[in-house]
Amino acid sequence: MKNTIKQVFHSGKFLVGFIIFFIIFLTCIFYPLIVRTDPLAMVGNGNFFAPGTYISQEEAATEEPYSLNVDASSAKLQAALSVDDLSAMQQWLIKYGGVKESDIDVTDAQKMAELWQAHYDSTVAQPGLIAAKKKYYVRLDKKITAALKDSGVIIADKDADTGALTESKTIKETDFINTGDISNKRTFILGTDNFGRDVLTELISATVSSLKIGFIAGLIATAIGLFLGLLAGYLGGFPDNLIMFITNLFTVIPSFVILILISYSVGNSARGIMMVALIIGLTSWPWTTRSVRSQVISLRNRDHVNLSKLSGHSMMRIIFTDILPYIASYVVMAMILQISSGILSEAQLSMIGLGPATTKTATLGLMMNWAMQYSAHLNGSWWAYFPVVIMIALISFSLNLMNTGLDQVFNPQLRD
Amino acid sequence: MAMENEKKPCLSGRGVTKIFGAGKQETVAVDHVDFDFNEGEIVSIVGESGSGKTTLSKMLLGLISVTEGQVLYQGQPRDIGTNAKKKEYWKNIQPIFQDPFSSYNIFYKIDSVLLDCLNMRGCKNLPYEQKVEMMTEACSFVNLKFAELTNKYPFELSGGQMQRLMIARIFLLKPKILMADEPTSMIDACSRATILDMLLKLRDEINMTVIFITHDIGLAYYISDKVYIMEHGRFVESGPAEDVIINPKDAYTRRLISDVPKIYEKWDLDTVLNK
Repeated sequence: MKNTIKQVFHSGKFLVGFIIFFIIFLTCIFYPLIVRTDPLAMVGNGNFFAPGTYISQEEAATEEPYSLNVDASSAKLQAALSVDDLSAMQQWLIKYGGVKESDIDVTDAQKMAELWQAHYDSTVAQPGLIAAKKKYYVRLDKKITAALKDSGVIIADKDADTGALTESKTIKETDFINTGDISNKRTFILGTDNFGRDVLTELISATVSSLKIGFIAGLIATAIGLFLGLLAGYLGGFPDNLIMFITNLFTVIPSFVILILISYSVGNSARGIMMVALIIGLTSWPWTTRSVRSQVISLRNRDHVNLSKLSGHSMMRIIFTDILPYIASYVVMAMILQISSGILSEAQLSMIGLGPATTKTATLGLMMNWAMQYSAHLNGSWWAYFPVVIMIALISFSLNLMNTGLDQVFNPQLRD
Repeated sequence: MAMENEKKPCLSGRGVTKIFGAGKQETVAVDHVDFDFNEGEIVSIVGESGSGKTTLSKMLLGLISVTEGQVLYQGQPRDIGTNAKKKEYWKNIQPIFQDPFSSYNIFYKIDSVLLDCLNMRGCKNLPYEQKVEMMTEACSFVNLKFAELTNKYPFELSGGQMQRLMIARIFLLKPKILMADEPTSMIDACSRATILDMLLKLRDEINMTVIFITHDIGLAYYISDKVYIMEHGRFVESGPAEDVIINPKDAYTRRLISDVPKIYEKWDLDTVLNK
């Protein structure tokens, strides 16, 4: 036993898969201990806030500012004027402003704005320019004037009786705040989702629920598959025919269709996480049954089984001591695959809206479903679904890698 | 002749047949064979690969069902309908298989094989020291030291040791019939002689009937009292070993005999080439 485990961990593939899975597992355990907020608390008042740190605007406004000699207006101009705007300005200045092309540097927004203010006149005749374009230049002029204006924001107090405003503070362009001074802030590493919930915290709790579903579904499927496979393989004859008839029936009908039908007929109110795990487990056993049966058939006529029979052992004892240990590694591998496919099935089922019908818990599939329903993929809110996809891929990748590694250890034909 | 009359048939068969598959894929492995194996005899069943020897032995052991015909045990029709009756029957007939490497459950220590035998003999409640004593005796019968073998796994033993341990198992069980299915074919020539000697010793000590299945007619001549020659599921010739091998009547028997390589003689391959 010790030797086998040592051998298993010498397999590179298994080790990589195991480490990835273990990291995910540890994160699922320790993240909720550190971040103790409700993973499904609706923090944001709106859809899909982008990833980043959100600081309190009020606190920032009232905080004592630091004055920095930073040319804020040029940065503001740079932000206000797009490359298209700049080239449009260049064209106007050459055509109607009488500026030589060599005097214009399109890359310097500051200089361009100064040139513009010196030469632009909306009343000048602009032959060859359509009205819409003329209006565009007027708008552009206004934008530049606004950006160059040393405005400053005035903060005023409201008199309680008269309602009159008295200026209390002016925030200048050169006023800056140290973000460290702001105590009121929240960081959303992966932004928020459509309900305004922190995606990262939600993702971790969704991973926990999805792993639970996967494990329960995998356990149920393996238990049923193992039981029926052992029975069919060892007994042979009529029990074998009957079990294989049922198994083939389930194999021929795509299990996903059965999954959808059962999920639908169970009804919304009953479809919790455990129910979904149960449904997935109850529809995915035929594959395990078939493979366990074929393994048992090849073992059934081995000499050591015959010898055990002749030593007067009961059928149960022969199955548990002479057959099960020989297929144990195979069953573990099959179970790993069942867990992986259970997680994927839940995601598929939830994507089409037949997953756990609850907003009390999140699963990876439900997160995808919510992101899709609020068209995160259309409005560019990648943080609402991309991390979920990555998480599902990582889990099934690591499980499959572990399976391949185990296969190499236990199947000498696959060894390098 | 007086000796002949004393011998009672221990295991007999009347029209024993085994058919695998059905319809077009039907294969007749054993085809209406009749036999009488007497108590205390060493009986050899000789035939080439695929002649149905192992199928016959499995039927006699009760591991597979008999399609047609009847197996008689000590003159009475054999009844192994229930598990309890089977268990009772298996106290009287035990096998040694061809491949010692696959005869053991590799997940359990070899002690468990011997302890199972003691349990089967009804020694389950004996103190452990007494069990060890019995196991040590059985091991020394086959020139093994129990102290060296205890707590070892089957794969830690050599093939010869494993096969000798199988014989120790038989020594512990002391069945009336031993079904030895090519027990020496996976063993080197030196171990082969010791294993055959042990089988003969077993017969002498507890008057066991040994059914010896082999493809080696020379070996059969060396150890058996009676020889059955099997071809395509039928017994083509049977009788005392000397009669059959010195004066073979059937062409198949003659071919089997000529196929045995002899020292100081050119190996006659004609029979093989003209098959």
